[in-house]
Amino acid sequence: MKRPRNRRAFLASAAGLAAAASLPTGVHAQATVNMLRGTEKDMLAAIARVTGSKPAQKGRVKLEVPPLVDNGNAVAISVAVDSPMTEANHVKEIHIFSERNPEPVILSMKLGPRAGRAAAATRVRLADTQTLVAIAAMSDGTFWSGSAQTVVTIAACLEDL
Amino acid sequence: MANALITVPKTAKRGEVIEIKTLVSHTMETGYRRTELGVPIPRDIARLFTCTYNGVEVFSAELHPAISANPYISFFTVATESGTIAFHWRGDNGFAVSSSATITVT
Repeated sequence: MKRPRNRRAFLASAAGLAAAASLPTGVHAQATVNMLRGTEKDMLAAIARVTGSKPAQKGRVKLEVPPLVDNGNAVAISVAVDSPMTEANHVKEIHIFSERNPEPVILSMKLGPRAGRAAAATRVRLADTQTLVAIAAMSDGTFWSGSAQTVVTIAACLEDL
Repeated sequence: MANALITVPKTAKRGEVIEIKTLVSHTMETGYRRTELGVPIPRDIARLFTCTYNGVEVFSAELHPAISANPYISFFTVATESGTIAFHWRGDNGFAVSSSATITVT
């Protein structure tokens, strides 16, 4: 058997082994684990769909997420982009991405020079301790990014009815 | 059932950047949860939020399941003229809510 490369791969394979050992309930358990967690690769693919694979430069985007979250079901986040917001130079779109949620896209906003200030706030669900990324699309065609890390103690999506 | 809460300043100076806060009542069922019997609960979320200022769209947002129940969004706009700022939400299963606020610009 190939040796797992890192902790995440090890845990994933361990979960797979545990699932295989306890059929048939284990099959359901592993499916749930796979379904509820995204990967960094999913997030990068989603970002590439937004930027058209153009590189996003780091900076100008400030994403604020609480560093420690007790309850992942409602996490207040805010994003602000450094831009004069004039007709000639403004932010067109702001996208927020999650690394570990089941779906990598959280929110996609369209704005323009009439916003006056390129900033917004919302409340989101976070499935796990992870990094969030915000991408801003500028009127000149460039992309800028900012990120924030957070530790989640009680994850969203896990509760049953 | 569906209700919206909006905060818009009643008056503003021309050219002033004003903050708008919005909240709409919606469960935002993700589609990833299951009942005790293991039956998946179908997705039911608000998909699209738009804000128009005297009929011109100034802000819109696509919502995804990661947005918390009762979606809250705050953003900014420039107070250009007196009139109506309208808010629309659209979503799964025909979800549609509209609300508006008037603003006096001096």
